[in-house]
Amino acid sequence: MSEVVRQHPAFKYMRKQFLPHIWCPGCGNGLILAAIIRAIDELGIDIDETSFVTGIGCWGLTGNYINADWLHTTHGRALPMATGLKLMNPKLKVFALTGDGDLAAIGGNHFIHAARRNVDLITICSNNMIFGRTGGQVAPTTPEGKYASTSPYGNIERPFDLCRLAEAAGATHVERWTVMHPVPLTKAIKKAIEHKGFSFIEVLSPCPVQYGRKNKFRNPSVLYNWVKEQSVSIKKAQDMSEQELEGKIIIGEFVKKENIPDLSAQLLKLQESCEKKS
Amino acid sequence: MPKYEIRFGGFGGQGVVLAGVILAKAASIEEGKNAVQTQLYGPDSRGGAAKSEVVISDEKIDYPKVDKTDLLVLMSQEAAEKYGSEIKDNSIIIYDADLVQLNLSGSFTPYPVRATKIAADMGNKIAANMVMLGAVSAATNIVSLESLLKIIEASVPAYAKELNMNAAREGFRAVKEIMGRRGGNEN
Amino acid sequence: MRISGRQFLQGNEAVVEAAIAAGCRFFAGYPITPASEIAETMAIRMPQEKGIFMQMEDELASLSAVIGASWAGAKAMTATSGPGFSLMQENIGMAVMTETPCVIVDVQRSGPSSGQATRAAQGDLMQAKWGSHGDYELIVIYPNSVQELYDKTIEAFNLAEKYRTPVILLSDEIIAHMRENIYIPETLDIIERKRPRPEDKEHFLPWKPDDDGIPPMAKFGDGFKVMVENNTHDATGRTNQTDAALHTQLINRLCNKILNAKKDIVKTEGLFLDDAELVVVSCGCVSRSALEAVKLARQKGIKAGYFRLITIWPFADEQLIEVAGATKKMLVAEMNTGKLLREVKRVVDPYGVQVNHLPKIGGAYHTPGEILASIEKAVKENE
Repeated sequence: MSEVVRQHPAFKYMRKQFLPHIWCPGCGNGLILAAIIRAIDELGIDIDETSFVTGIGCWGLTGNYINADWLHTTHGRALPMATGLKLMNPKLKVFALTGDGDLAAIGGNHFIHAARRNVDLITICSNNMIFGRTGGQVAPTTPEGKYASTSPYGNIERPFDLCRLAEAAGATHVERWTVMHPVPLTKAIKKAIEHKGFSFIEVLSPCPVQYGRKNKFRNPSVLYNWVKEQSVSIKKAQDMSEQELEGKIIIGEFVKKENIPDLSAQLLKLQESCEKKS
Repeated sequence: MPKYEIRFGGFGGQGVVLAGVILAKAASIEEGKNAVQTQLYGPDSRGGAAKSEVVISDEKIDYPKVDKTDLLVLMSQEAAEKYGSEIKDNSIIIYDADLVQLNLSGSFTPYPVRATKIAADMGNKIAANMVMLGAVSAATNIVSLESLLKIIEASVPAYAKELNMNAAREGFRAVKEIMGRRGGNEN
Repeated sequence: MRISGRQFLQGNEAVVEAAIAAGCRFFAGYPITPASEIAETMAIRMPQEKGIFMQMEDELASLSAVIGASWAGAKAMTATSGPGFSLMQENIGMAVMTETPCVIVDVQRSGPSSGQATRAAQGDLMQAKWGSHGDYELIVIYPNSVQELYDKTIEAFNLAEKYRTPVILLSDEIIAHMRENIYIPETLDIIERKRPRPEDKEHFLPWKPDDDGIPPMAKFGDGFKVMVENNTHDATGRTNQTDAALHTQLINRLCNKILNAKKDIVKTEGLFLDDAELVVVSCGCVSRSALEAVKLARQKGIKAGYFRLITIWPFADEQLIEVAGATKKMLVAEMNTGKLLREVKRVVDPYGVQVNHLPKIGGAYHTPGEILASIEKAVKENE
């Protein structure tokens, strides 16, 4: 491992024996992991009380690289498994790392219920708008008209707005950023760590190999610049028409509700009331 | 003809699988032989070892994989180390001289072809696998260059046809040149 | 337009082309290695054939959509691998109970759980028959070449239509991803499900069988007002969950329509059996290796025989008994820790045949050399 890598502040949090990671050159996942590590480091969180529950997909492989307790789940089940973990050890800070395919396709039902229940989790979705790991199939987040291996003629379905979905399902902290916004992303993760309730952070993280190549983005920088150019803040978006917002990525904090009890608090209350009765 | 066994070895992203497919298709569709193509790769899109195997025969092919090769095409050092000893006597090895150092014993005819460099000079190193295909035809005559070019043309997008077909022609030429220098009594 | 003549196809592609030739016009699936190529090829081909491709949100939804499509009158298919096949088990039970024709492709990969995504295995042989809850029979076919993946997909649809049953088409990562030249004939025999006559609309009993034990299947929208009930039901479709005799009668009919038709359904392949001292028993990808090993053994003067199960379920008891009667030893070679072995032993133990086992897992594919070595060792045993 080079000296540059060893000197990097994130290095002490990594499972060194498994570096270099397997993510493709140009993948956004490394940028999100860096933001997570910065957030943990800046808050001074005890890594021994931090758990990672990750789904199937490239983003779910993060547990190989961050040196902490890691549960690699079956496809789509990061949230219900994280729920079980958090409920039975509430002092843990539980991160659920799930890609857009894992979360919004097979994991969709679990997504809306975890949000509704306000389980105290930090859910970070790396959204590359495609099923990357299995070869670039269309996902519930692929924009209309875009190409994927199972939408060879262009996607005819409308994609989810994952943040609106989380909000409607009852999530109490919802933000969207992109890998081109590392500073606000780190801030958002810090907020999520300290938030008592279901935090959902969607991160637009392009996949140059699958999404990029199928949609005529010649190389990663073209794709990343496109993501940056398409990003518009919530504030600015409020003054824009529906037409102007077409294809735009709205970034910022959508929801931050305090004082709504998380599921663990509710369960504790229930246990206490039963105790009293017996 | 007894079955002819070919293995392409490289890393994910070099196109060794496509090379095997094109070769097998050329042998079966263009030249009427029986051909089976298989591959082995890991779950990662880029990097990781990748191999592609082709068996060509006039008879029905039972076992579809390759044990020891009549022809070995190497595009990475890892592949050379892994497959270099799984060769038959008097077999052929074509290798990318810029990526592979051949430290092998055994009786084989080596053809060093700087496929990646040739492809890069022609405009895109991604066509290195096509260079290797042309080299395969020249070195073994298992399929003709014409048959390969026909299948290559049908297998790549329109904007890439010219490049890929020329890459194959260059690989063919490179091996013929080596044969010429060696006195032309190979094959 | 279905393709024909000499073709060079990948196993997964052949399944798609055959499905189209059989009349399949609905495919619902979810990405999973090593079956994704089936979905990707269907995504391209279905619209071309005026059919519909849907990538559903998961495998539960996929088979659900297939069942719905079948009741719209369509021939429908899904394709998956182990993890998805496990999710589909409940709906497989529903397809059995509601006699819904459909084809489910399971391209086996190494498990359990997410296992080895890009490695072949034969670990689902039992799950294909016993994976859902309750008592039932169904048909499981396992080809061993790209040609057979084509031919047996046609057969799978035909059997699904004829017997009004889900048919599992097993495959594995090796044959699914291999490419071979195949030949597709100009004409094919395609079977359609029995439909009720329009004049029977008034008094239609959707679950009253014909003499062959199979009721004609009405299509939703044709005025038959069918009650498709997956709880135990009588001939009208109305649920009755307290009558033991009724349930017994229904389950027996559902099982017997398959079991009584074994002669029609069960296919096997036997070579070099006349004078075999030892018969290698295998299926799927391993059988390719086994056949080469048997030929090599014969070259060395060893009287080895080859027996392959093409239909895995219902199990080929009768055929295997015949083979057992003419040999002394068997060698079961499979890519799992022991699945075919159990069924083979169940059938041939009473005949005093010594059954040896050559299991191999981890995605490592039996080589002809390995099987030959086992043949030689087994032949020498107890000499």
